[in-house]
Amino acid sequence: MKSRLFMLLTVVCMVVALVGSVANPAQAQDKLRIAVITPSAKNDLAWSQSMVDALLKVQEEMGGEEAVEVTVSEGLFRVPDAAAAMRDYASQGYDLVIAHGTQYGASMFEVAAEFPEVSFAWGTASDTGADVGLTNVFAYEARAEEGGYVNGVIAAMLSKSGVLGVVGPVNAGDAKLYIDGFVAGAKATKADIDVKVIFTESFGDTAKATESAKTLITQGADILTGSAQQVPGAISEIQKAKGYWFGTQSDQTAGWPDTVVAVQVFDWVPVLTDIIANREAGTLGGKAYEISLNSGLTMVFNEAITLPEEVMKAAEETMEKIKSGEIIVPGNPKAATPEPTMEATKSN
Amino acid sequence: MADTTTTIVQIAAQGVAAATPYLFAGIGEAVGQRAGIYNLGVDGIMLMGAFSAFYSVYSGASPLVGLIIGVLVGALMGLAMAFISVALKAEQGISGIGLYMFGLGLSTLLFNALVETPRPVSQSFTSAPIPGLSQLPLVGKVLFDHHLLVYLAFLMVPLTWFVLNKTPLGLNIRAAGQNPQAADSLGVNVAAVRYLAVIFGGAMAGAAGVSLSIAQTNIFQENMTNGIGFIAVALVYFGRWSPIGIMFGTLLFSVVTTLQLWLQAFGVQISSSLVTMLPNIVTIIALIIAVYLYKTQTPAALGRPFRREES
Repeated sequence: MKSRLFMLLTVVCMVVALVGSVANPAQAQDKLRIAVITPSAKNDLAWSQSMVDALLKVQEEMGGEEAVEVTVSEGLFRVPDAAAAMRDYASQGYDLVIAHGTQYGASMFEVAAEFPEVSFAWGTASDTGADVGLTNVFAYEARAEEGGYVNGVIAAMLSKSGVLGVVGPVNAGDAKLYIDGFVAGAKATKADIDVKVIFTESFGDTAKATESAKTLITQGADILTGSAQQVPGAISEIQKAKGYWFGTQSDQTAGWPDTVVAVQVFDWVPVLTDIIANREAGTLGGKAYEISLNSGLTMVFNEAITLPEEVMKAAEETMEKIKSGEIIVPGNPKAATPEPTMEATKSN
Repeated sequence: MADTTTTIVQIAAQGVAAATPYLFAGIGEAVGQRAGIYNLGVDGIMLMGAFSAFYSVYSGASPLVGLIIGVLVGALMGLAMAFISVALKAEQGISGIGLYMFGLGLSTLLFNALVETPRPVSQSFTSAPIPGLSQLPLVGKVLFDHHLLVYLAFLMVPLTWFVLNKTPLGLNIRAAGQNPQAADSLGVNVAAVRYLAVIFGGAMAGAAGVSLSIAQTNIFQENMTNGIGFIAVALVYFGRWSPIGIMFGTLLFSVVTTLQLWLQAFGVQISSSLVTMLPNIVTIIALIIAVYLYKTQTPAALGRPFRREES
């Protein structure tokens, strides 16, 4: 009798477990599941934070955690670790997996081919993998040179020493675009301005970025800029020297309110919204996006620092000219024939 | 000519200051290794020292209190390493890597929970030129116009050298690393000496982290050491376990690192990737030369747990 009772209980437990396991995916399907893999910390005040902040905004706009699940795997600079995470998320049934780094491309294409029902997105990039037969990959990039140019114009007007400094990570990707734009904007405003550039050849070497800032300040720079997660120490250094800082990627004004004049913020919300809309309409990939001052790139001016009227006017005019295509910023391949941004540049 | 001299002085002064975390961490590691324990967890201890000091100052404490807390946290992590490697006799390489990962993970976790995003501290160790000496031509700017931790790091060089070479404690430390069985037979408490040496090494690594967060950069960031602790361990081998040798090694490394930044800022037309490799290339060449020039031997019992032979 006891053994029969035990058998009955076991069967009941198995049925409950089976029903539960079937019910969970059904519940999960009710909400959109997005995973993002970032190369640095999600609170890096730079590249990774720009995407995480945008995802959280999208989550809020779409109804909060009940409607959209956002999972972040941060600090996966090593591609093999990132690839393992992508595969893991795809096999767990996530709807959209975002590989937020150019270095992830090749691995992501392999995983995307294994999971054709899952959408993938990566940047900065314009390749959706259509050439290799992929239909479930979105790509995105930022016209970082545009905000760089605006920052360069303002910096040149504010500099008293006539020397500007740049703390760069590596001379590639959106860092190169931003720095080239900054130099072009400064030179277009004051032809004789001296813009000194140091690359740390790293994204996360805070100490070296700080030493780079010290070097630039000692060589006369009174205004600095730079990109990547390594910059907070450099901002502190120019703060000590009572100079100014111009930023890119994420808003840095809150931490150094007396130092950070303006920041070009990467707002990926329009890109994410369009990707989600496409997925819901049945298009799993195949589109490449770019954000620019027309849509997605936002110039944040620090309200705690009052810019002279002529400087603010020059900044606004420059932004308008870039938007209209009157100013051609080096680095933008489409600058000769400007198009409205946020428009799909490739599609299946 | 005056400009060239000024530039050389500026590069040298910046290089001396930049040597601080390497010097603290390297000297501490050297003492531990002279006692027979190598600790690959230096980078993790530095991160914990850096965070604890940063958070103390961020919460309103003075930089001096931040230094004390950072050093104590480092000593505590040194105690953990000593317990694992001396009392439990665990394999030192693996234990050290474990300690590094623990420090990296815990400092990140605490930072995310308590601070959330990189932000500067309002107080830090600022430049404290030594009256009189800082006015000396050339060397005044290079050696005597820095923040307090730079002086402390360089002061540790003669102090540690003296203790290691001229005191009974130093003799015991060297004996524990060279021939612990013989030291034990002469009444030296090898375990206690090793505990002391590794705790000291942890405290110094903590100070190295403090110098990064509340003197050099004024912030804390995830993994902000970026491998400085591992370079410091390499510099111990470079310096052949001598505080003076380590000092020259760190100075060579940091001055050449500073030089490559200056070359870039001067617009020297060399690939930045190539210039960035300069400190590592120079250090490797100097290491090879050092091996031939100096005959100091690796502590014979380095890495070997001490087991007392019962008769």
